Amino acid sequence: MAESISLFLLLLGAVFMLLAAIGLVRMPDVLMRLHSSTKSATLGVGLIMLGVALFFNDFAIGVRALAIVVFMFFTAPVAAHMIGRAAYLSGVPLWEGTLSDEMRGHYDPKTHALAGEAQSPDSLSSGEPE
Amino acid sequence: MTYFMLNIALALAWAALTGNFNPANLIAGFALGYGALFVIRRALEPSDYFVKVWQVIGFVFFFLWELLLANLRVAHDVLTLRNYMKPRVIALPLDARTDAEITALAYFISLTPGTLSLDISTDRNTMFIHAMYAPDADALRREIKQGVERRLLRLMRGTRSERG
Repeated sequence: MAESISLFLLLLGAVFMLLAAIGLVRMPDVLMRLHSSTKSATLGVGLIMLGVALFFNDFAIGVRALAIVVFMFFTAPVAAHMIGRAAYLSGVPLWEGTLSDEMRGHYDPKTHALAGEAQSPDSLSSGEPE
Repeated sequence: MTYFMLNIALALAWAALTGNFNPANLIAGFALGYGALFVIRRALEPSDYFVKVWQVIGFVFFFLWELLLANLRVAHDVLTLRNYMKPRVIALPLDARTDAEITALAYFISLTPGTLSLDISTDRNTMFIHAMYAPDADALRREIKQGVERRLLRLMRGTRSERG
């Protein structure tokens, strides 16, 4: 019983990772590739580690599997955020189907200041926010 | 925080007395310790620890559920030939103020598939988010503010008074 549950979890995790890989190929721009790859892969690793922990049913292995999952969950979103931010700020074009971009014009590449919503982007050039 | 430490101590005591440090037994000890603290709560200084524990558990399950839903949606989109993506970059006005609150919010937004936090404005009032499925920008803003941000802030703000 435990073995079949564990097999099911391993399979499900592998499927999510496969989806992440397909998404990496199929998605139209950097940001959406990040969506599909980093997070599905995180969930995939989580499910596989859960399956491993169930299969061995051993305290030492369970703790290590848990540690792997925790570190994956802590690091993956940070990496995704940094890659996405770098891509956006360095001017990688968004997919043409993108409906709106409320960040456009808010960033000043000279001062690295990013205007909030309340201010108009023009107030940046006067060096107001700090 | 001191209540949490007390509860941990009670869980360890339970594990030591029953001679079994299995995770399951530790969790059972934690639950029993929680019950014991709850019974004598009037003798201790007042604290919102008893509510907090349930809020943390609720948040974890809320979040795992969101994670699964969003993953299934992305999976569906990847597998079908038609694209259902309605991507946008939206500006989210923040209620989160401190570094810890903003970091936690950005983390949870990035962890959920379908939304990715891009950057925070220099005046820390606005977070820019890339969303994969946002046919309606205002609906998404509302969803994030009412869902993750509200729950997260409720969780983080209450505990500050009892820290230290």
